[in-house]
Amino acid sequence: MGKKNTALTFFKELPQNIFAGFVVSLVALPLALGLAIASEAPPLAGIVAAVVGGVVVAVFGGSHITISGPGNGLVIVLLAAITSLGAGNLYQGYLFTLAAIILSGVLLFLFGALRLGAMSEFFPASALQGMLAAIGVGILAKQFHVMLGLTSVSGDTIEQLMRIPDSLLLFLGFHPFAGIIGVVSVLFLFFYSRIRNPYFHLIPAPMWVVVGSIGIGYYYQLVLKEVVPIAPELLIKIPEKIISTLPRPNFGKLLDLDFLGVVISITLIAVIESLLSIKAVDKLDIKKRRSNVNKDLRALGLASIISGFLGGLNVVTVIARSSVNANNGGTNRSSNFFHAIFLMLFVLFLGDQIQRIPLTALAAILVFTGYKLASPENLVRIYKIGPEQALIFIITLVTTLFTSLVTGITAGILSTFITHLFLRKSLYLFSLNLFKPNVLMYREEATGNYYVSVKNFCSFLNFYRLKMKLDQIPESEHAIVDFSLCDFVDHTVMEGLYDYQRSFDRKNGVFETIGLDIHAAQTQHPFAVRKSLPINMLMGLKNSLTNRQKNLSALAKQLSWEYLPKIDSSPKGIKGFLFFESKVVNYSVNRLVDGKQKFNVFDLSYSEGAFITKEDLKGTFLLFKSPIILPVFVLDKEDFKTALYQWAGFNDINFKKHPDFSKRFHLSGHDHAKIKSLFNSDLIYFFESHPIFHIESNGKHLLIKGNDRLSGLQEIKIMITFAKDLVSLLKNQK
Amino acid sequence: MVFNPFKKLLFGFAFSPSLRANVFEVTRLASFFKAKLIFVHVGEKTTSKETEFDALLKECPLKPKDVSVFWKKGEPVKTLASCCEEFDVDLLLLGALKRENVVKYYLGSIARKLTREAPCSVLLMLKPSIERVPCKHVVVNGFDSPQTQETVEAAFSVGCALSSEKITVVEEISESRVAVTVDDDRSLRKATLKKEKIDREEKIRVADIIKKISLAKTKGLKWETQSIFGSRGYSIGHYARIVRADLLIMNAQEKPRFYHRFFPKDLEHILAELPTDVLIIQSKNNG
Repeated sequence: MGKKNTALTFFKELPQNIFAGFVVSLVALPLALGLAIASEAPPLAGIVAAVVGGVVVAVFGGSHITISGPGNGLVIVLLAAITSLGAGNLYQGYLFTLAAIILSGVLLFLFGALRLGAMSEFFPASALQGMLAAIGVGILAKQFHVMLGLTSVSGDTIEQLMRIPDSLLLFLGFHPFAGIIGVVSVLFLFFYSRIRNPYFHLIPAPMWVVVGSIGIGYYYQLVLKEVVPIAPELLIKIPEKIISTLPRPNFGKLLDLDFLGVVISITLIAVIESLLSIKAVDKLDIKKRRSNVNKDLRALGLASIISGFLGGLNVVTVIARSSVNANNGGTNRSSNFFHAIFLMLFVLFLGDQIQRIPLTALAAILVFTGYKLASPENLVRIYKIGPEQALIFIITLVTTLFTSLVTGITAGILSTFITHLFLRKSLYLFSLNLFKPNVLMYREEATGNYYVSVKNFCSFLNFYRLKMKLDQIPESEHAIVDFSLCDFVDHTVMEGLYDYQRSFDRKNGVFETIGLDIHAAQTQHPFAVRKSLPINMLMGLKNSLTNRQKNLSALAKQLSWEYLPKIDSSPKGIKGFLFFESKVVNYSVNRLVDGKQKFNVFDLSYSEGAFITKEDLKGTFLLFKSPIILPVFVLDKEDFKTALYQWAGFNDINFKKHPDFSKRFHLSGHDHAKIKSLFNSDLIYFFESHPIFHIESNGKHLLIKGNDRLSGLQEIKIMITFAKDLVSLLKNQK
Repeated sequence: MVFNPFKKLLFGFAFSPSLRANVFEVTRLASFFKAKLIFVHVGEKTTSKETEFDALLKECPLKPKDVSVFWKKGEPVKTLASCCEEFDVDLLLLGALKRENVVKYYLGSIARKLTREAPCSVLLMLKPSIERVPCKHVVVNGFDSPQTQETVEAAFSVGCALSSEKITVVEEISESRVAVTVDDDRSLRKATLKKEKIDREEKIRVADIIKKISLAKTKGLKWETQSIFGSRGYSIGHYARIVRADLLIMNAQEKPRFYHRFFPKDLEHILAELPTDVLIIQSKNNG
């Protein structure tokens, strides 16, 4: 029964997964090319990794909506490997690195087979952030020069950083045209999320950059009948015969220490990047599934092995592309597969166009990626959690920049541990209890709740014990984690717990942490949960009301409603609306509530996508209780985007009797019969004759979304009237 | 006649600051159990010590009928262990030490060795006090072992003797019995179902044990069960601390083997960090 059903859903959802795979391939193409070029590998190495990764992980993987391919984090390690192992000869270095990639694939596979997925918990959160930032700085430092058209700037990361001002002054003298394309591209990437045109956003930003720069090339060739003013060395080169020129991995340095160091670094970064991505992407899954991390690691290992033999880079799970997948309706691994197929088709049929992409445009994408990894915002956020966390972050960042990744992360772990000793002033607590079990979990017989108690201390060193227990609790249940017997809880654990809380929230479970309040008072707990939520940074800022807030307050008085300007980091009531399933809600603010608590107007900050495709959005919403029980539905304006969705398999309910309504509105939901009976002529006339909002029902409540930005006072008034009229109309239906 | 496993109690004493509280506690216990009480002192016997101890004994408000004091010489562990055999003692009473500045209790080296070598049951007392602290909640292990029947039976008789309010039988279930590793939703569902099944089986097993105990029916003593999936010996100690149990009753260790020194078993976790008063029942079947 179950099998048949799954097969049925699979085929039903196939069109929308093909669509999602297509959109992802648009992002994946420039990234795959760019990441390969940035590692000094042939451009196709990135494509091979993405194609092999997409196919193999789709078949053998254990996650659902992740996308696999060449990863950002690996650029620095691979670059170092290719330049150092070949001793100056890049192609030789590439062949040696392929062997290292294959070996790291084997290690990755073993990691998964031995179920060591939990190992990633041994890395303290701040040190991990520091390491990622160092990778970001490394990418940025190198690619900034390439973006300006200067490919010959050499030196280590620090030297390259120092030369950025020189390059900025000089680049117009070398390749002004290509350099300007690079600069315009990077500016475009930074401002992309400010442009709020839905049609525009159908194509992801990196693809716009690629399409735009190819377009300029064609403009010169076809309209101006001139040669494109970009030097040939700044264009991508793809070999004529892809199959016959397969490189052969060189295993000649198998026992070389440098080589083994490369293997270990690649594996380390591949594991960390993949696990972090899988964890983050699980939060974007509409179907709220839990990924089988170890199975995924096995598949990624296998994919890396195959990719290495075919001349490709390592395969890891990538966050930006996965989030694009989630946002475009990907529901299972087939979208990963189709992304690979589309990539292959691009390379086979659009080879000529790809060769017109200027390297400066790709470098611009990488500069943006590097900036996002090393964004100063991260440091500020970590500093808010605690100055000692910022110190750990900086120690890791600097050590990584000056030495290597492995040394850097080791320094991060050590400094974290020393900080803990310093904060707790007791070696005894850590040394005596490190290897002892410290977690008890049981299901309370009386209530059926899961109770988890943690003893002694809980930090990155032994978080895996707590995780092992927490993973056994279904997220739809009620879990209570008690720290009252625990003397020390670190930031890594607090962040991990916050993750659990979000997973439980998504599945309508309850996840409570108790016993920390007394703690903070007793020992001035440095990693109190309140501190680990970034939302508090905003709390202090809202002292005086802005004009809009004053107006809202006045409106509340006029309606004799209540106005609450406070920021709420966990807004209630918006669970269960499809709109938020693949989005992350940050906070709500400026709440207007009527006396009976029936109507609720609020501004909401939420984000869509992750990493380089992340967009922070704000909107004004109206939530109100329906007087009757409704079927679950979503009503939206019919436009190009919804038409595309329809083509991709998202169904639109149309009414033969009401062609105007059917044409202008996109109505979807599972229970067609109930929805059709709800939307009678009166209701349809009501919608036709009023402004069009995005409206959702979750059964008991209705949610109205205003514009794609915060609504003005006038618009809020219209929304409220609209909702009131709708309520009275629905009442009559009873 | 109520079943009483403890007819002869033995307390090895030394002149320490806690002697007074210890003697008060011990005499009170013996009178609750209606048992004989034997005091043994290992070391020099002096008249001043003797008079001091006699005076102390007289102060005790509750005293069993039959109290005797012996003064022995020799190595403490061996002497006390042989006394237990010599007098055919049912229960050996030992005081625990409190770790400096920390609210954690552990056993001194003598007590620790005695716990392992004693031929009878052992009670480790955490906080002996002059005033009586009622023993409200008793936690007893209920895992699948031939000794458990006797241990649970003893728990009920102790519970009655000390007029406790509640007994919780804790079944510690090794996670290896579930045999499903949680990786994703499907394996989680499978593991949860399997656990529920094991849980039901364990409940039936424990209920069967309790059915055989006549005390459980007659007295108004409440009892309940709690299954815990986790490492044996560790979980029950942690649990006893959380529910603030006043007494934890455990099976005695099966014959210690050489490798247990390296892989601590059952009791070791509890002895390393005593959660509350611990009573270790030496079963007649064991040995």
